[in-house]
Amino acid sequence: MPKRTDIHSVLIIGAGPIIIGQACEFDYSGTQACKALKEEGYRVILVNSNPATIMTDPEFADRTYIEPITPDCVEKIIVRELEEMKRLGVPLGQPRTSNLESQIPHKLVLLPTLGGQTALNTAMALHRSGVLAKHGVEMIGANAAAIERGEDRQVFKDLMLSIGLDVPISGTAHTLEECRAIAERIGQFPLIIRPAFTLGGTGGGIAYNREEFEELAKRGLDLSPVNEILIEESLLGWKEYEMEVMRDRADNCVIICSIENFDPMGVHTGDSITVAPIQTLTDKEYQIMRDQSFAVIRAVGVETGGSNIQFGVNPDNGRMVIIEMNPRVSRSSALASKATGFPIAKIAAKLAVGYLLDEIRNDITRETPASFEPTIDYVVTKIPRFAFEKFPQADSTLTTQMKSVGEAMAIGRTFKESFQKCLRSLEIGRSGLGGDGRPWRVGTDVFGDRDLLPRDVISRKLTVPNAERVFFIRHALRAGFTVEDIFQLTKIDRWFLTQIREIVEFEEELAATKN
Amino acid sequence: MTRTTAILALEDGSVYPGTAFGATATACGEVCFNTSMTGYQEVLTDPSYKGQIVTMTYPHIGNYGVNAVDVESYQPHVAGFVVREVSPVVSNWRADYPLDDYLRQHGIPGIQGVDTRALTKKLRVRGAMKGLISTEGLSAEDAVAQARAWPGLVGVDYVKEVSHRTAFAWDDRDEPSGAFRLTCGPATEPQPRSLRDPLPAADVPIVAYDFGIKYNICRRLRQHGFRVQVVPASTSAEEALAHRPAGIFLSNGPGDPSALGYAVRAVADLVRHGIPIFGICLGHQILGQAFGGKTFKLKFGHRGANQPVKDLDSGRVEITSQNHGFAVDASSLPAEVTVNRVNLNDQTVEGLRHKSKPIFCVQYHPEASPGPHDSTPLFAEFRDLILRRG
Repeated sequence: MPKRTDIHSVLIIGAGPIIIGQACEFDYSGTQACKALKEEGYRVILVNSNPATIMTDPEFADRTYIEPITPDCVEKIIVRELEEMKRLGVPLGQPRTSNLESQIPHKLVLLPTLGGQTALNTAMALHRSGVLAKHGVEMIGANAAAIERGEDRQVFKDLMLSIGLDVPISGTAHTLEECRAIAERIGQFPLIIRPAFTLGGTGGGIAYNREEFEELAKRGLDLSPVNEILIEESLLGWKEYEMEVMRDRADNCVIICSIENFDPMGVHTGDSITVAPIQTLTDKEYQIMRDQSFAVIRAVGVETGGSNIQFGVNPDNGRMVIIEMNPRVSRSSALASKATGFPIAKIAAKLAVGYLLDEIRNDITRETPASFEPTIDYVVTKIPRFAFEKFPQADSTLTTQMKSVGEAMAIGRTFKESFQKCLRSLEIGRSGLGGDGRPWRVGTDVFGDRDLLPRDVISRKLTVPNAERVFFIRHALRAGFTVEDIFQLTKIDRWFLTQIREIVEFEEELAATKN
Repeated sequence: MTRTTAILALEDGSVYPGTAFGATATACGEVCFNTSMTGYQEVLTDPSYKGQIVTMTYPHIGNYGVNAVDVESYQPHVAGFVVREVSPVVSNWRADYPLDDYLRQHGIPGIQGVDTRALTKKLRVRGAMKGLISTEGLSAEDAVAQARAWPGLVGVDYVKEVSHRTAFAWDDRDEPSGAFRLTCGPATEPQPRSLRDPLPAADVPIVAYDFGIKYNICRRLRQHGFRVQVVPASTSAEEALAHRPAGIFLSNGPGDPSALGYAVRAVADLVRHGIPIFGICLGHQILGQAFGGKTFKLKFGHRGANQPVKDLDSGRVEITSQNHGFAVDASSLPAEVTVNRVNLNDQTVEGLRHKSKPIFCVQYHPEASPGPHDSTPLFAEFRDLILRRG
């Protein structure tokens, strides 16, 4: 299938100013999309209020609006651009045939999936208010219904259950009896309790046993103005995985990259150390995850382009649950693109205008098509960069809310190599996990590089996820903790811990040689 | 893990030193590489690797250990195993033992610490080479000399070494044929490792030629309602038909298809008979020859789980699992055979269909294991082909 000829102009919404959780990755994806669409001869219109972006350089779009990314503003841009198209002699709204490949270009379309959550939210607001329909602007890449299915947590959860996939079990209750019934159904502690409509989620918590549960449930029901609480099974300590999927309009699906999180569930993916490819799944489990990824993208109905799907896996019995999906290019897509050489945003833009995966050349090999699954002979590590020193009042515990301000990625032939290189890339003054002669600061205390830290400090730093936890794995191993001890405190997979143990052992070997 | 030295030598005189794992042994084989990032256990136990020293391009191998169920035959078949780094720890709930122990138990030597990327690059330029792997302290000179003296794979019949000696009914012995599945929902399964999808009735009898059949082919056939009678590779058409099958399946297997005159003759007889036939990998190559076509040796073969294959009829692309060193020459095929699938990387033949008879075959592995499940529908297609004939 060749590209669509009915499209004249494509409106791309950027991500706006950089914030925690939405940084330069969307400039990267948006710029790729602009280039790809211009290459295909479409007129590209761009809106982004962030001047420090490549995409707002004049050569990347035919017209660039440095304007607020709000529905009102974007509507004005749509109106103005439709007039401009009329002026250019585009036969707007001409009677059309159903054949998309042999028409005179006459449409203005909106590509909302490459500018992060800001672009997606703005596009959805324009859709809900009827602006897009009023002006005859079609969304390409993902339609509004698909975005809704992917973004609304309850709708998504129900959809997953309806296609036989597993999700974290939860239920809402209004009485203690209902609470107990839900707890019974979930079958095990801990349980997460979230009262409805309380300010900042007050009254919520984690219950580790029946007594705590009764207490928290009762309090939650009392605190909620509608006497309603959500009870959910806890996935704390489960392994977390991600899959980057692409789909074209002939329903060809491929996995671009599989990612295993070093930090178990409970830490936001953006704050987790992540590793590609997946390290600790058997082929049988990996293929089930691959099949489920395709089932998700098909059920949600993302017609073309990329999606990111997150999984939780119980390390004791392999139970695999779908956590969420992003029906758009995401932070992980940038990582996956650089990790595998497959330019996800560029290909997503080409798929959105009608190409099929096997019609697009692979930029790296130049000979083979994009309809393949990258296979790599190296390991890629991404480590988040935090800046808690700049915000002394901020709580540096890592939770499900993202706190990192950036990230570094490194490639190595082994995990150890990529991991050490990545730590060195963070610009935090360390040349790796340790052994570089630089001191360690823990609160107000300062320790020498090769000092053994107090065991209670180590235990505390391992138990609660935090920005420095990875370095405390080294301190722990040097202080005589075993891999098993550290696993019990952190639930970080023993494979990763063993790799780190090998780095530490090598440090000791080097130190012994020096002496 | 003991730190004994090991050596890998190639016929071109190059020598790769490394650290030993697995058995203390010396073995010759054709050195090839596999690019799958998961599934080393399935690769080890695939009979198609008989006579080969397999290099995994992915650097971390052994991470999830080896388990008792993800086997593709009764034992591992590779001659030797070459990896960058064997995991010193096993981290998966399904694991039964470490890779190191498993290979030692089965007398297979392994070498780690090898620059597998450099080795793979060499194999890509030079093609698959004769080689030797030793964990017994062999000198570099002796290793190269022995690698050169090894006769190689071309023209050798490895099928007779891996094929079961006698016919047997699959799943008669309660092999778990249901597809592996994970525990689902809140109630925790007490035995999550033995969970299987339920099986339909086995109501279509077929004969499966075992040229080195992978168990997952038998499992997939059984999952699609076939009653599978597995027969040795040397079975004649007459003997096969005596089982009164509704169809014939031709399996994968090791080595050079041109060394299998007896199998080509049996399959040519079956083609003449007109019974529905489905072939995979070596079975596809044997069918190609039975049709009157030729096969040739690929420079470095297709071994991995990411080969894109285009179905020329539907336009759909399947990501396929592959493991073959030989291929069917499209120009040698008679007019009544159509090439209906091609490899998008190198345009080689991936599938054939007979224009007037109910016969089709694929060069790749729709049973996956390891690899993607995109091509599972081919088993249903085989069933439909048989049922349509009534």
